[in-house]
Amino acid sequence: MKDLAVSALDAVARRGVTYADARALEIREREVTTKNGKAGHVSSSESMGIGIRVLAYGCWGFAATDDLSPAGIESAAALALEIARSGTAARKQEVTLAPEQKYEATWASPFQIDPFSIPVDQNLGVLLAVDAELRRVSGVSLAEASMHFERRRQVFASTLGSLIDQTRRLTGAGFAALSYKDGEIQRRSYPNSFGGQYQLKGYELVEELRLLENAQRVAEEAVALHAADQCPEGQFDLILDSSQLGLQIHESIGHPIELDRVLGSEANYAGMSFLTLDQLGRLRYGSQIVNVVCDARLEHGPGLGTFAFDDEGVPAQATDVIRGGRFVGYMTSRETAAAVGQARSNGCMRADGWERLPLIRMTNVSLLPGEQSLEEVLDADHAIYMETNRSWSIDDKRYNFQFGCEIGWEMRHGKRVRMLKNPSYSGITTEFWNACAAIAGPQHWTLWGVPNCGKGQPEQVMGTGHGASPARFRKIRIGSAYAG
Amino acid sequence: MRDNAETAEAIFGQVLDAARTLGVTEIEAIVASADEALTRFANNAIHQNVAERTTHLSVRPVIDGRTARASTNRLSRDAIREVVAEAIAIAKLTEPDADLPPLAAPADYQGVERWFESTARATPEERARAVAEAIRAVATAGQTAAGIYSTGESVFSLLNSRGVLARHRETMARFSITAMAADSSGWAKASACNRAALSPLELALTAARKAAESSAPRELPPGRYTVILEPAAVLDLTGQMFPDFSATAIRDGRSFLRDRIGKRIFGENITIHDDASHPLQSGAPFDGEGVPRKRLTLVERGVVREVAYSRQAAALAGTAPTGHGFPLPNEFGEAPTNIVMAGGGTSLDEMVASTDRGILVTRLWYIREVDPYEKICTGMTRDGTFLIEDGRVTAGVRNFRFNQGLIEMLSNVEALSVPVRASGEETYDMVAPAMKVREFNFTETTRF
Repeated sequence: MKDLAVSALDAVARRGVTYADARALEIREREVTTKNGKAGHVSSSESMGIGIRVLAYGCWGFAATDDLSPAGIESAAALALEIARSGTAARKQEVTLAPEQKYEATWASPFQIDPFSIPVDQNLGVLLAVDAELRRVSGVSLAEASMHFERRRQVFASTLGSLIDQTRRLTGAGFAALSYKDGEIQRRSYPNSFGGQYQLKGYELVEELRLLENAQRVAEEAVALHAADQCPEGQFDLILDSSQLGLQIHESIGHPIELDRVLGSEANYAGMSFLTLDQLGRLRYGSQIVNVVCDARLEHGPGLGTFAFDDEGVPAQATDVIRGGRFVGYMTSRETAAAVGQARSNGCMRADGWERLPLIRMTNVSLLPGEQSLEEVLDADHAIYMETNRSWSIDDKRYNFQFGCEIGWEMRHGKRVRMLKNPSYSGITTEFWNACAAIAGPQHWTLWGVPNCGKGQPEQVMGTGHGASPARFRKIRIGSAYAG
Repeated sequence: MRDNAETAEAIFGQVLDAARTLGVTEIEAIVASADEALTRFANNAIHQNVAERTTHLSVRPVIDGRTARASTNRLSRDAIREVVAEAIAIAKLTEPDADLPPLAAPADYQGVERWFESTARATPEERARAVAEAIRAVATAGQTAAGIYSTGESVFSLLNSRGVLARHRETMARFSITAMAADSSGWAKASACNRAALSPLELALTAARKAAESSAPRELPPGRYTVILEPAAVLDLTGQMFPDFSATAIRDGRSFLRDRIGKRIFGENITIHDDASHPLQSGAPFDGEGVPRKRLTLVERGVVREVAYSRQAAALAGTAPTGHGFPLPNEFGEAPTNIVMAGGGTSLDEMVASTDRGILVTRLWYIREVDPYEKICTGMTRDGTFLIEDGRVTAGVRNFRFNQGLIEMLSNVEALSVPVRASGEETYDMVAPAMKVREFNFTETTRF
């Protein structure tokens, strides 16, 4: 792998470049799913290739190949340079990069049990036991369970002299029960939608999730939702569980702070951001108890955004994003850092594989725990509590959002008084975060994995991490999804 | 391209040998290669400019009712032996499934010609020149351009030990552009197997015109409006329902068509086919098991007529497969992916002229399902939303959030245009008309 990365770098560097880097990757994945008592998708895959990024003629070029023969690498190197040259046809100014150090490092994410050491039949055994427990509940029409394992080794070499060898292992697992009755479909997922929880861990995550112990409760909730009252429409205090709050952070804080969006790079696809440069240090993003960080360091936890170095060789860092409610930081790259006066990148460039270019991506964007107990968070006179995402949508500048959840409860004085189906809420990002009234403490904080974040053209799908505790928000618009 | 017919057959020969050595005779292989490039621009300059060459091999044995898939992009003799051994090993660790069909038998496929030399051989310079011309057109209007121009070719071969040899090669070009003015934006996009069918300059001029005409947007109250959805908006919104035209989804209880087959659920002016051979369509004439794709009448004059069946779903239902199955093993079964919506004879201009008060929508964004059985979807308008008054476009408007049931929407269609190949961002490209729809449900507005 190291030889591959170095030879690819040599192949392009000797052609004369301002800067170049090469990433050689070897990816192994396993996917195991079950559905209604049978194996669903059982697959194993491996992929190996190299991506060569070059800065020449003041422009970027990038070429990737899985033809790892000397001729294949030479061809990719030549193509990367040809592509960079073509960019001069529409160049406004030469690309410049913030300085960075040279690093030689080897790093692997910690794990206890190598997921690939567990046989597939054992994976299926766990999932089929969950499946059986789900279908034991009368009214469950579809039971689905899944596990996903990934090992990704990347060697990064750059003309700065860096040579960084990183291996990341991640695990995901979860299940869902779906109930169809009389023209209505209800669903409950555990521990989260999108296939459950994902973290940078080994197979120990599967054991920690206690899937089987939660199956009956979750299945019963899916069925019970048919008889629940429709979530009312109006303004209510809103309490979110930590998984839904994780997605709220992702959509309404994580994406808006991507500096490439702010500067227009994604205008044609993912969109831009309401966080224009003049807002930095000035905007009251949230209430005073709202503190958000972007933290790729292992100290933050085993998130899908945890690494030692980003994909342009910048060390993992922690950046304050919102401090005491005030907006104080973007996610940056070596190319964009100068736009906000940073002397160096804060290390957020990530690519979803060897065949794609690194982009500014969320690492772990987390709401820091509050000082309230869970009882204090729940203790509103009258509130709606919502759990587990069902639908999510936000405009292309990240102002207006609407989320639907799988289940809700009407709360009075901290107690659940009735179950609600089809709950949803909506609002404007800064109004929502400024309405944050209570955040539960660290013992209720979970670092959630979002495995399916899309961005870029060609689109890249990235895993991101979001830590959150349950929190309460004042006077939020509820029920808009079914309005009208 | 490393893959050609001979390469795929040679690889499959090695797959067969490796499987037989391990005592397995039933095996399927997919050999897929792609050579794709994309020139991306923003702020009136090319900023991301990429190319990728990929080949992968995926194999699936069938052993006494068991199956699993293993994939690799290493194509040495040893690597092919290893991937076959891996697939066999994990397949043997699954329980037998009495419903698992044997491998598909050979069939005849309808020929489709979707590969064009000039698209396959497009150079970075050619894309860059077209992008530069498009940027100039937008910049001349005092606006800022962002977008992509991609070109590429792909080859997909599916072979199995029963003699299936299905091969499809295709080229594809896409041009998409957003023009941004001080407080407004416009967008246009097109795709075609032959890049000669695209005009980046025309698309740029369209985007620039929309940006100019939607400047100083007015904020209107949310509510029920007559809307005119351009084809890309029709595509991205109606595209949310086609995965439900699946026998497996219906059996699983996750389709809105459960208990609705044979019923009139849309207006009589709605007719929808799935037709892989349509001249404006793209993709292979066979499915993920090598079954020829049949033309389906999904909706006829508002009545749901047919849904897709994979081989397994067809066997369970006692009917014939339609050629819409995904590669096995999978939990979703099948879905139609070559949608062709019938249109009408009303042009977009005529729709506007016949509207007293309404909203013209260029594009929709971030569409997600809110209610799976009533098929309510939410999302935003984007990049060119206009007020129509007294038969003409009078102003740009701030973008709306909608929460709209698709059954209701397709029951409220007042006019349709001639369908075109439409390209958006939320679903497969399809052949779709513009639509004039009454009582479209906008529930909120945003700040721009």
